[in-house]
Amino acid sequence: MSTLSRPEKKVAKKSAKKEKRANESRGAKWTRRSFIGAGAVAGLAASGALVLGIAIRPGDRTDALAGYVTEGDEQLLTTWVKIAPDNTVTAIIPHSEMGQGIHTALSAMLAEEMEADWDAMEIMEAPAEKDFANFELGREFLLGGKHIPAILFDTVNGAMLTAAKGMNLQITGGSTSVRFTGTGAMLTAGAAAKEILLTAAAKQWDVPVSELRAQKSYIYHDASNQSAPFASFAEVAATIKPNLRPALKARSEYKLIGQSLPRVDIPSKVDGTATFGMDVQVEGMKYATVMAAPVHGQTVAKLGALDAKKMSGVIDVYNMDTYVAVVAEGYWQAKQALDMLDVTWTQGETDNVNQAAIFAQYADALDTGESKTLHKAGSVSKANASAASVYEAEYRVPYLAHSCMEPLNATAWVRDGKCDLWTGTQNPLGTRMVTAETLGIDAANVTVHNQFLGGGFGRRASTDYTDQAAQVAAKAGVPVKLIWSREESTQQDQYRPSVLGRFKAALDDEGMPLSWESKFVHKLDPPEASHIFYDIPNQSMQVVDSPTHVRLGPWRSVDHTQHGFFTESFIDELAANANMDGYQFRRKLLKNKPRYLKVLDTAAKMAGWGKALPVGQAQGISITDSFMTIVAEVVTVDVSSGEAIVTHVACAADAGMAVNPDGFKAQMESGIIYGLTAALYGEITIEDGAVEQSNFHDYQMVRMDNAPVIDVEIISSDARIGGAGEPGTPPISPAVTNAIFKATGKRIRNLPVMNTDLGAAS
Amino acid sequence: MVQLLVNGTSRNIDVDPDTPVLWAVREQLGLVGTKFGCGASLCGACTVHLDGQPIRSCVTPLSEAEGKEITTIEGIKNPDGTLHAVQEAWIKHQVPQCGYCQSGQIMSAVALLKETPDPTDADIDSAMAGNVCRCGMYTRIKAAIKTAAKEA
Repeated sequence: MSTLSRPEKKVAKKSAKKEKRANESRGAKWTRRSFIGAGAVAGLAASGALVLGIAIRPGDRTDALAGYVTEGDEQLLTTWVKIAPDNTVTAIIPHSEMGQGIHTALSAMLAEEMEADWDAMEIMEAPAEKDFANFELGREFLLGGKHIPAILFDTVNGAMLTAAKGMNLQITGGSTSVRFTGTGAMLTAGAAAKEILLTAAAKQWDVPVSELRAQKSYIYHDASNQSAPFASFAEVAATIKPNLRPALKARSEYKLIGQSLPRVDIPSKVDGTATFGMDVQVEGMKYATVMAAPVHGQTVAKLGALDAKKMSGVIDVYNMDTYVAVVAEGYWQAKQALDMLDVTWTQGETDNVNQAAIFAQYADALDTGESKTLHKAGSVSKANASAASVYEAEYRVPYLAHSCMEPLNATAWVRDGKCDLWTGTQNPLGTRMVTAETLGIDAANVTVHNQFLGGGFGRRASTDYTDQAAQVAAKAGVPVKLIWSREESTQQDQYRPSVLGRFKAALDDEGMPLSWESKFVHKLDPPEASHIFYDIPNQSMQVVDSPTHVRLGPWRSVDHTQHGFFTESFIDELAANANMDGYQFRRKLLKNKPRYLKVLDTAAKMAGWGKALPVGQAQGISITDSFMTIVAEVVTVDVSSGEAIVTHVACAADAGMAVNPDGFKAQMESGIIYGLTAALYGEITIEDGAVEQSNFHDYQMVRMDNAPVIDVEIISSDARIGGAGEPGTPPISPAVTNAIFKATGKRIRNLPVMNTDLGAAS
Repeated sequence: MVQLLVNGTSRNIDVDPDTPVLWAVREQLGLVGTKFGCGASLCGACTVHLDGQPIRSCVTPLSEAEGKEITTIEGIKNPDGTLHAVQEAWIKHQVPQCGYCQSGQIMSAVALLKETPDPTDADIDSAMAGNVCRCGMYTRIKAAIKTAAKEA
């Protein structure tokens, strides 16, 4: 094993316990098993040590798993929980922490049902093993008749994951962690664990189980005044077959869920001790940086590296075909040398592609291409025939980069047919599989050590950067930390698709829509992103393929970013066309949808919708439903300077319930700023086949001095728990452009806002 | 050989004096709390103090730091080892999400409060505009700075 200053990421909630080889994933043969149903058994560890285990899946692998996540006398209680002899309960979380607070939220869900002592609980990120795959996520998509989310694309050598490969799911994305892993697995695991412990205690004390209660990791028999820690029942509990469907609490009984518990990852993020992929230290490590073909798909034609190789600290320069790499004693030396390389790239047809040509191609595809119907209701042609008038609009949105604060990086050490890989990834298991394929070794010989992610937003679900690290390290024969420059991170992203969309509505004589038609290019995920919840009887949504050489990927809220803008702009246009207030117009079309109405009304009330505002200021409203969470936002914009300044955002959100209300609010704030950056400034453009933007000077961000005040109100309903990480993003851009329309009369149909001249300052 | 004073300790580093402070601090001294974000003084993730003034260490060569006191995120705790008031306020307001930019944010905030103990919104906007937070925690950063100002 390598010597590391912080060998593995492990979030110790209380004290720093001895280092555990937490994220190890070593050789073991896993048998394929079906996703159907859930199974649970108790068992013994291979070592002979007593293990009490249940796994919420058939074909239990508890004894095998115990070797990966336990040491000494600790007992693996379920796939997601273990108990140490000192009664410390550890939640094992199969999701990456990228700031969404998931380690805290999911372990609180487990503790809630288990009655574990939150203050003495520890949290550990699951190793990249199939048994920690997001079982519920997989089942939701594979068995629920739904399709696979875009965030899972490209995880297996560019092939879309199929149901057959569905075992490789261990993904953080799609706002799924709490929705599926939390409600599906953590609550059940916690309740099942509590049940077998209570049953064991009843046996041991020879009392009826109904007389027992669990509280803060202890079991009590009040009648005989007995109590004992969970750990003392492990041996008996190991003989009990756990219940597959334990009784779960009603929401009204929750003690931890619904509390704003402080995030466990935060203290390490204020004193500089949190270890991100960028911070991993491996003894003997060298540094590498790379430049890939600026035009995606091209390769190195000629590499002139003589001057670079002579530079101080430079170890070697590699021609890796689709990219060049410099390995040096330090990153800065590697980067200086990279800039000295004389690289000639192959040429091809895509060298002439520019952004205008891409949009022209999209328009041509919409005019003449074969379309696929995504959704249909009633008859739009009959509606058009009977309409008093027809309203049409065309919108377009640009490519967007993810711009995670932490530039992409990975550290790899390839030796003796084995690979250790340290990185921050949303997809540890996929990374493990792809790394094995890249190196031509068995996946059992690849160990992924996942670290904190300095931003993910979908970008860190892919394996291009980890693949490069593995390849370069294999060539260098020493541990190599491969770091992309900010420029590389911007120009070699997998972009939020640029999209052209056309919308059409047949209107009655009052201007109310009888139909809704949309036709657009590109479809990633989720399937329902272009659907509408407004009460309009005749609908037709169609997509046309129009591929380019530009790489695409999931970007915070995926297709909802484009369709939130399209839908909520078009509905606002219809309102204006009908001479109606945008809020009232939406209310009219949502009159049979009380959950939506409540969210819309709450945001309007928060912002004082309709109140008198100074000259140059106006409000805009929007509402979207994504990842099972309904969010309405009211933006106040000030255009008096000639530039659109968003001064305030009122946000109302209904996610069923918020597991951690403060964390949920933070996610809304974050989603709003992320979407606002895109709305105001976000634009990646293609010129001569390559991305034009490179760093924060030409790919601008919302900063402190132009960040709005944000108020968030959480609405609790009876609905299933929805997502938090993404749903705040889709409503913001249309809310901004709707406000600008009200302030200036200018309807912005092409983002970003900065490309539209709003006129002279008033 | 470059001689540096980092967090109160004198350190000798055998690297090119043109090397940016960021990389010497991270790679030679192992103080990885200071982050690489853009390499061009555009995002503030690499902010450290040079004689108490916030600087972007990704574009500041070691030669400029010689003979001066460098303070990094690892060096701002109180002498008794407790967290700085700004760090405490960051926890209180649950500021960080991914956390990658926060060392830089905190270093900028500490410098601001040293210069302007009771900052206005405009002071905060101006002092913090150089620090990008992709998770968009600006509302919380502002609130935390005000809390720290009160409690300092």
